Amino acid sequence: MTEDDLDRNRRHFLTVATVTTGVIGAGLVAIPFISSLKPSARAQALGAPVEVPLGSLKPGEMIRVLWRGRLVFVLRRTEEMLAKLPEIADELEDPNSEIVEQQPDYAVNETRSVKPEYLVVEGSCTHLGCAPLEDFEVRPAEGWAGGFFCPCHGSKFDLAGRVYKSVPAPTNLRVPPHRFVRDDLILIGQDTGAA
Amino acid sequence: MSRIEAEVGKPQGGFMKWIDDRFPFTSTMEYHVTKYYASKNFNWWFVFGVLAMVVLVIQLVTGIFLTMNYKPAAAEAFASVEYIMRDVEWGWLIRYMHSTGASFFFIVVYLHMFRAMLYGSYKKPRELIWLIGMMIFFVLMAEGFAGYLLPWGQMSYWGAQVIISLFGAIPVVGDALVEIIRGDYSISDITLNRFFALHVIVLPLALIGLIFVHIVALHEVGSSNPDGIEIKKNKGPDGIPLDGVRFHPHHTSKDLVGIIVFLMIFSAVVFFAPDMGGMFLEHANFEPANMTATPEHIAPVWYYTPYYAILRAVPDKLWGFILFAMAVVLPVFLPWLDRCRVRSIRYRGWMYKTALSVFVVTFIMLGWLGLQAATPTYVMLARVFSVLYFAFFLLMPFYTARDKTKPVPDRVVYHD
Repeated sequence: MTEDDLDRNRRHFLTVATVTTGVIGAGLVAIPFISSLKPSARAQALGAPVEVPLGSLKPGEMIRVLWRGRLVFVLRRTEEMLAKLPEIADELEDPNSEIVEQQPDYAVNETRSVKPEYLVVEGSCTHLGCAPLEDFEVRPAEGWAGGFFCPCHGSKFDLAGRVYKSVPAPTNLRVPPHRFVRDDLILIGQDTGAA
Repeated sequence: MSRIEAEVGKPQGGFMKWIDDRFPFTSTMEYHVTKYYASKNFNWWFVFGVLAMVVLVIQLVTGIFLTMNYKPAAAEAFASVEYIMRDVEWGWLIRYMHSTGASFFFIVVYLHMFRAMLYGSYKKPRELIWLIGMMIFFVLMAEGFAGYLLPWGQMSYWGAQVIISLFGAIPVVGDALVEIIRGDYSISDITLNRFFALHVIVLPLALIGLIFVHIVALHEVGSSNPDGIEIKKNKGPDGIPLDGVRFHPHHTSKDLVGIIVFLMIFSAVVFFAPDMGGMFLEHANFEPANMTATPEHIAPVWYYTPYYAILRAVPDKLWGFILFAMAVVLPVFLPWLDRCRVRSIRYRGWMYKTALSVFVVTFIMLGWLGLQAATPTYVMLARVFSVLYFAFFLLMPFYTARDKTKPVPDRVVYHD
């Protein structure tokens, strides 16, 4: 066969059809391989919601729990702590929790919580993920109204997990999905449906 | 000026020129792919080299994904394989592709080797390709063996026990050697750990390196063909073999058909019979390793059984090991054992045709016998076939030299 006998259109069609089929095939084969990298059934089971009983938590106290291997702070705030929240709004980056992905809708309020008393936030600094330290002592001389301080790069958050201005962290501490099963029992990791 | 020269002289600029000035990309592609001329009368026996590459890629990719979830520790290995099968999304598919791929690797490689015996591909000047190929085969056997220990099932454990003990048959150094292989006084967590290192790093690296050299050597002398003639002896005025066509696009598009058919068969096994009735994944291996109880019937995976049958046929530990090792190594010497002037079976006489046919039956029978329990009848049969196996190689210099050959054509022949 010489060059002149070639039906170039037919050859072009066959080439394009073969390459297309091959690419689609390779793409489909890639699906199971990429899916296998997602959290496995075991990881999902270990990532199930966790229950946190509140019975023994006194006002002013905080507990740390792990949900999906992530640190979560549960702080029972006192009346004085709550009273201070509106006063420092000027010093905060996002006092009204306007950045949507940092909390569920039901935590968009003055106290960033379902019940004003109980603050539930992830203990992960929004700068680079260090665990902030709690420092609830009010020291007016230093201008410290009590809150969280990140030892890594000096970010500061108030008692509602709201970030102060002029610190490395860009946003407020994240509020994980959670709901009250009973008055003294919180479920972290789930906010709808049955427990 | 021919079309080929016109393309060589085609001015090249831009990005490719920038690359080519710094790295021999275009010339390498031309040398190995687009201007590598292979005989135009290849039949389907010549597809298995490419298929071996396809299986290699399947094994490397699925293997990498398996290591992401597998735990090479005696306490966790078996459970981690079950974890892959049940909890990892699509993990069952990736593992079955890998376990099926192991068997298909051997199927393809055995057929690839048989092709060389059919058409005398190992004969001068391709002896080195054959030698490197045999080294690839040895590394592949070690790779399969190391991999089979990893699931830490009953067969993993006891199979490894038997094969490693084999080396204990070597006089003087045997026991020390066995201890070094195991790294312990028995097969243990330590052995599993080092077999994992061998299986995922050492042997695959060796495999890839040897395959690279195998192909470089092949492209230096050129591929053989079903007529066993040198296509380089008949060149056109443009210096291109008259009976040759470019590897790409001609042979690649033909190989693509072979790859598709191969993948259809491969997928059918992966989805419908991943254990192949106990041939590809032995049933005893679905139980975790138990150091206190050997499974009732113990046999290696099918691809080792021809040699295993020879081992069992010999009623002496040391001689069993020697004959077993000889059976594995003997094919290395084929280029020198074969004294026939003619390469291809098409032009050979009745003696080689008969010998090769008997050898095929012998190899399959030994493979089958190696899977069976060692009853006296089967052991006797295995002895008969062992003798035939060695006779094929050791008598080869005599029958190939005396065999009456047909005249070999000057140019390749088509058989429609």
